[in-house]
Parts: sequence; structure tokens; C-alpha cells
Amino acid sequence: MEGNDELYREIILDNYRNPKNRGRIERPDGAAFDSNPLCGDEVRIEVLVRRGVVNKIRFEGSGCAISIACASMLASRLEGKKLSQVQGADKKLVLGLLGGIDPGPSRIKCAMLPLKVLKLALLSAKSKKLNK
Amino acid sequence: MTLDEKKIRADFPLLNKKINGKPVFYLDNAASTQKPSAVLEALVEFYEGSYANIHRGAYSLSEQATDLYEKAREKVARFIGARPDEIVFTKGTTEGINLAAYAWGGANLSHADMVLISQMEHHSNIVPWQIVAKARKARVEAIRVDTSTLCLDMRQADELLAKKPKVLAVAHASNAIGTVNDVARLCRQAKEQGARVLVDAAQSAPHIRLDVGKIGCDFLAFSGHKILGPTGIGVLFISQSVQKSTPPFLGGGDMIRSVEIGSFTHADPPAKYEAGTPPIAQAIGLMAAIGYIEKIGLERVRGHEIALADLCQKGLEELGCTVYRCGQERWKGGIVAFDTPGIHPHDLATILDRENVMVRSGHQCAMPLHRALGVSATARASFYIYNGKEDVEKLCSGVERAKKIFGTD
Repeated sequence: MEGNDELYREIILDNYRNPKNRGRIERPDGAAFDSNPLCGDEVRIEVLVRRGVVNKIRFEGSGCAISIACASMLASRLEGKKLSQVQGADKKLVLGLLGGIDPGPSRIKCAMLPLKVLKLALLSAKSKKLNK
Repeated sequence: MTLDEKKIRADFPLLNKKINGKPVFYLDNAASTQKPSAVLEALVEFYEGSYANIHRGAYSLSEQATDLYEKAREKVARFIGARPDEIVFTKGTTEGINLAAYAWGGANLSHADMVLISQMEHHSNIVPWQIVAKARKARVEAIRVDTSTLCLDMRQADELLAKKPKVLAVAHASNAIGTVNDVARLCRQAKEQGARVLVDAAQSAPHIRLDVGKIGCDFLAFSGHKILGPTGIGVLFISQSVQKSTPPFLGGGDMIRSVEIGSFTHADPPAKYEAGTPPIAQAIGLMAAIGYIEKIGLERVRGHEIALADLCQKGLEELGCTVYRCGQERWKGGIVAFDTPGIHPHDLATILDRENVMVRSGHQCAMPLHRALGVSATARASFYIYNGKEDVEKLCSGVERAKKIFGTD
């Protein structure tokens, strides 16, 4: 597999070593946590949603470079975007963050975990609002 | 007494293939082993020449297949020092442990009974007991791992055994860190307290000569695919001593003597525990695999693996890796679990894969052990008869490369 060197590009390693949007939100509108049972990657994401805009995205987590870098890049890319836009984010976006390199069937789970958790966080924000 | 791994390697078609134009460095033998031609040929020969269902037809082909299947059982029995009627074919270690837990545990565990396991068990020797314990209102306790020696804390084992567990279920060797446990001693002590004992031999059967009489266990389980055999075949030794108190597990054809609409009477062991058409060809493949490993000699296998694992540990430690491996000559294994500072095991495994160096990464199906070690994941290199120094060198140079990529060199 020739793609490995390209997969671990400087931008990935940079986001792994110095992740952006890391931290917690004091009173988040939504929050979610999930882990990747196979490798132990863990990601928690909190969001602030105001007037149909995802104002703030913060994450905490531990895991491999792919999962942490994806969480970092995803949060900084989608923060401030319209709710519908964030809800519509898919695998294509994640692969784009990885420079268009498919990490393979086992590692794609690491890459997709943050997006999965972000969507769960948005769902929890929605149900919280509905319950108010 | 040394082993000629290059000659052995020639017997393994996959290891002589190139993947993406590069040779294969297969270091995930604790997960599964590659197959020698002798096993592959035995499978083809059986399917092409002797295949039919067994224990049924009055025609000669079925009799021939039955004869081969029962010969496989005899081979396995001799291999571990048991009687053929104590050998039950399963689809693997996991099914074997589930059989013991559900059938024996379901009938013999009751309120407040203790099931004693250890902290270094594979999930397959934890979860079945948890399920059955919950249903029977029993409880599961575990012998600690001494994190400085990476052996079981035998003093705590004594204390727990003194509380009279109903059953002790323990690994002969750890799949994650390779430590070999003193199962004979544990069995003796457990027996003194009136406990039954199950030994998970998935990681020992391929490497250490087993003798169920010397170990003194009631149940012992292992898998065929980890000892050069096909997938879908495993062995559960059920000692005569517990065959009466262990009811059938799966019901169906072959395990019965007679069936009425309201009841059945079961067949004698081992048929009692083998419902439905068993993995016939796989059992015959396992017979060939055991024949192959016996020709090499299990005594030489362990020496070869330990030497490679020692070399590997030294190389990785020189590169700054933390190695989780028992240091005692008698109890260490051919497995090297390690952590490379600043590089997650998954990233390391992906980078190693570029050079076809295949290692396992993750919690190795042993989450409680990893928690005790204070790590969420490790990388693991596990050696077998066809591995040599080049495998160790390739692994170490791969780790060096990963350190360069991650800038931790």
C-alpha cells in the first residue's frame, strides 16, 4: 500500500499534535460520546446551536492520529456553518479532509467516528430543544 | 535442536507469495496462523476423494468419511493426553468455552456461587461466564495481574481460591502479553477447594506440549486455526469426571439416542455434545496440522519463538518502545506487546503494513488486562515456526520509519 506516507501528511500530524477546537463548552446545547470498540478511539463532542447555525463545536478524545486529526479538522471546518449543512456532511467530506486518500476499510472507522459523534450531538441538541 | 524456519516457510504457499510486489512478514500468529500445503492438500483430498456426511449413511463413502473424522478425534486425543470420547469438536475456542459455561455452568452454578477468572483473560473467557453468572445469580471475580512481573498474583489467587469458587476458568497463556500461567498449580489448588477448572489453551496448544492429565483440568479448549489448521474447527476436552454433570449444549441430530414428541434421551459423549453435521473436513485438516507440528516437535517450537521474541523485545526497547512481556524464563511467551511513545498502535500498524509487516493493534480482546496495564491499546508481534530474524529486523526498521514520520525519532 503506497498510500501510507500520503495518509500521514503534515496536516494530519499537525492536527494530531495540536488539535484545534479541543475543549468543553460550559452549557452546550448538545453533547455526545462514542468510541470505536476495536481500537479504543474515544471522542466526545459538544455543540452550541443558535438560530439554525452551529456556532461552536468542541471535542475531547483520545485515540489514533486519524481519529484525532479528523475531529480537529471537522470541528474547525464546520463551526459557524448552517445546521443543515453540518447535518448533510458525509463520508465524502471526511475523505476530503484526509486529502482524498481512502485509509482502507478498517481505518475508515477511525476517520468517521468524529462525524458520527458530531451528528449525535446535533440530535441531542434537537431533542433537548423539543423537550423545552 | 534449532528450527530451520526457511525450510518450514517453503511449506506455506501464502508466505511465499508477494503482496504488492513485496514479501510477507506475518507477525499476527496469536490471531491466526498460516496454513502449510499438508493441511490444504488434506482438505482437497478429502473433498475430492472421501467426502460424505458422517455417522449416517450405510454406504461406504460415508463410512470412509466417518472413519477419517474419528481418526482426527483420536489424533487430537493423543495430542493432549486425553481419551477420544473426551474430545468434542467445536468451531473454535470461543464455542468450547461457551459450551462449558452454558451447559455445565447453567446446570451447576447457583445463587452466590463464585466463578473465578483472571484479569488477563481473552474476552471469550470472560463474557460467557458473565452471561451465565447473571442468569444463575452467581458472581464473577478475577485474579489480578501483577503489573511488575506481568504474571498472575499468585498470593491473591490463593486468597480467592480459599473462598471456594465453583469454577476456575483461566488461560494457559495470555493472548495479549504471552505470559504462561502455572495452570497445573492453579488446578491443584482449585481442586483442593472443590472447584471445577476450565483451561483456555488457545494460546498454548500451538506452542507447548499439553497433557490434560498433568494439568488436571476438567475442561480445556483450543482452536484449530491457531495451530496451522483450518478455521471453523476447535476442540473442547471434557473430562470423564464432568461428563455426567454437563448436559448437552446444542440439541439436534447426532446427539440423541431417541426422540419422542415430549422428550429425548441423549447419546453418549462425545456425540452428546456434537449436534448437527460437524466441521468434518476441518477436523481432518486439523489432523494434518497436528501431524505437521508433531513432525517438527513442539519442544523446538517454543525455543524458536522465545529466541525471536527476546530479540524483538531488545530491538524495540532500543528504539524507546515500552514492551509488556513477562521476564521470567519459564513463564514468558513468544508474544511481544509494545507501545511506541507518541504513536498510536493503529497508526503504527498502518505504517508497518506498507512493508507488509503484519501486527495486531488494539486492545487485543483483553480490555481488562489493558486497563490494568494503564493503556488503551498496544501493538503486538506474535511469532511462530516460520518466522525468522528478518521478521524482527523488518518490524524494527518499520517502527523506526514510523518514528520519523511522526517526528518522534
